[in-house]
Amino acid sequence: MKDVREALFVGTATDGRTVRRPLSPHLQIYKPQLTSALSIFHRITGVALSAGTVLLVWWLVAAATSDASFATVSAVLHTWVGHLVLFGWTAALWYHFCAGMRHLVWDAGFGFELPQVHASAAVVLGATGALTVLTWLVGAVIL
Amino acid sequence: MAEFTLPKNSKIQKGQSHKAPGAKKPKAFSIYRWNPDDGKNPQMDTYELDLDACGPMVLDALVKIKNEIDPSLTFRRSCREGICGSCAMNIDGTNTLACLKPIADVKGEVRINPLPHMPVIKDLVPDLSQAYAQYRSIEPWLQSDTPAPPDGERRQSKEERAKMDGMWECILCFCCTTSCPSYWWNGDRYLGPATLLAAYRWIADSRDERTGERLDALQDPFKLYRCHTIMNCTQTCPKGLNPAKAIAEIKTLMLERQA
Repeated sequence: MKDVREALFVGTATDGRTVRRPLSPHLQIYKPQLTSALSIFHRITGVALSAGTVLLVWWLVAAATSDASFATVSAVLHTWVGHLVLFGWTAALWYHFCAGMRHLVWDAGFGFELPQVHASAAVVLGATGALTVLTWLVGAVIL
Repeated sequence: MAEFTLPKNSKIQKGQSHKAPGAKKPKAFSIYRWNPDDGKNPQMDTYELDLDACGPMVLDALVKIKNEIDPSLTFRRSCREGICGSCAMNIDGTNTLACLKPIADVKGEVRINPLPHMPVIKDLVPDLSQAYAQYRSIEPWLQSDTPAPPDGERRQSKEERAKMDGMWECILCFCCTTSCPSYWWNGDRYLGPATLLAAYRWIADSRDERTGERLDALQDPFKLYRCHTIMNCTQTCPKGLNPAKAIAEIKTLMLERQA
């Protein structure tokens, strides 16, 4: 479907010539806002989690296949790169979870005043950090 | 669709620089310029002013530049007190009204651009036709089958009237609409925060009898539901209004009537 805004880019010069109007700058100049930063991060972590799910399936399929293939997956995940990816995945998971709860509260019609928006943003970021660290501490103790 | 970079003809180039020699309190203003006549790309021109000889608001600086340095500088302005909505532009990275933005609020160079992601007519003047057409599409006027009482106006209780507070104050400057990334990418079909705030103003009006039809018209994957609660609209509104909340109220009504 063609963007209807396309027609508005046709302008005229003083002598009547048709000229193409420029598009005013947007992402290039808009100062990063806490509001939009958390929003785009919610989307990015969502995409990352989908990709990470493939990793989870790989791990599960290996566990169901044989000891040898499970050992291979474990070996890969226990490299420092593997740990980094897993740490990123848990952080993304907790961020997406916390920001998702924030969206749920909004969808229920609460928390739209600016001070509340800024406070809930801080809570989401703080909780993400705390829960991610907690997950790894619990993991370190159990394993 | 989402295009994160600017088209070739819209890329901004370095422009001219106008110094203010001997200024006691010099302040630089970097301003987006585009002229349909010269066939060039947009450019950022820098003007230095002496703040000791300039009014306190960004609009004062723009008027001073136009009067004293460069009469070709083009921008919209009218009331200079935040009630007409003409001088909406992007100042120091966020959308606001030039007449309400103190120069002192900006550290260093004051960067001024037109409202984001809009076709530019000239310099700081964007084409708002699409936004106005969308506003028209929600039929922003009282619609009622019941005739008004012959001896007076349609009455509302104080509570009914209070529901419209925070909405009737909107001056349609479109700072919120053009701060919304969702509107940038989908503004051809998404109505945007200003128009949706106006839509809710009529939905919430106890005298209006078209609530059902108004909601029907918004029941669309794009018109209303491209709002992803990013909240840039509320963050930037120069009148301190809350379009995001109004949109949430519409979404709640949509759910309630399904139940």
